[in-house]
Amino acid sequence: MENPAKTLTDSLDAASDLELFRKARGGRWEAFDALVTRLEPKVFRVAWRITGSRHDAEDVTQQTFLSALEHLEDFREASSVQTWVLRIATNAALQLLRKRRGLPTIALDKPADSDSYASVPHPAFVARWKENPEDLAHRNEVKELLAAALSELDEKYRAIFVLRDIEGLSTQETAEALGISVANAKVRLLRARLQLRERLTAEFGDQAQQIFLPFDGPERNL
Amino acid sequence: MKCEDLLRALNDYVDGEIDPAVCEGFGQHLEGCNPCEVVVDNIRGAIRLYQGDCEYPMPPEFHDRMRNILRQKFEEKFRSPPE
Repeated sequence: MENPAKTLTDSLDAASDLELFRKARGGRWEAFDALVTRLEPKVFRVAWRITGSRHDAEDVTQQTFLSALEHLEDFREASSVQTWVLRIATNAALQLLRKRRGLPTIALDKPADSDSYASVPHPAFVARWKENPEDLAHRNEVKELLAAALSELDEKYRAIFVLRDIEGLSTQETAEALGISVANAKVRLLRARLQLRERLTAEFGDQAQQIFLPFDGPERNL
Repeated sequence: MKCEDLLRALNDYVDGEIDPAVCEGFGQHLEGCNPCEVVVDNIRGAIRLYQGDCEYPMPPEFHDRMRNILRQKFEEKFRSPPE
């Protein structure tokens, strides 16, 4: 005789995010619980990486799922459920950071003057790294450096790098999560990547083999 | 290719999503331009480093606390009569 609890669990495990969402919207707690269980690791990681604080990540994660619960009826299914939830989480993380700094909260999707390729700084210090990433990854001091370098990015560049390059969302999904165009997303991503490259290469690059760049325009350093 | 064109293509090239016609031009540029090839390599290395740094465990006590709050709010939402 089948175990009803196991049958339900198997059914929920096999359901897509959207199927779980629709059941949750219909009042099924087990479906909402299963959806939260599925998404919370990613939401927590994104929140921690953007805010830089585990404590803030807890606040943001809880706020995200409470907001998702409150607005279940407002989700139009134009994006994936995951993208919708990550948009809530990213907004919450960025608003928290601005609030902590005493700044007025602004919309994530406000176009920035720097969202053009013409304003992207060119690489300055170029050199191959002395070690490969896989060897670097095991060192504790490298983890601290990665966190520091990420925290030095402007928040909107940090958010896009976290969503696109670390969490693996597509450029389209990342743009949807941030409420910006794909074109703007690409410029912001490039700025993030180049700034992190510059910072990490300053640490890991082989200075003895620095490559000097010929520019066809004015030099602009990060 | 001019530098601004390279920057525009750089993301797509790093991601392996570049248009074949643009890719050929970019690839030819890289063959003759060591700095750009190193920049691409640096960026890919940076991404790999961050992707490998994935230890952000959610504390079990937070998980339980959040679950209790969510359950309570869920029941309030679906127990309340519609407005």
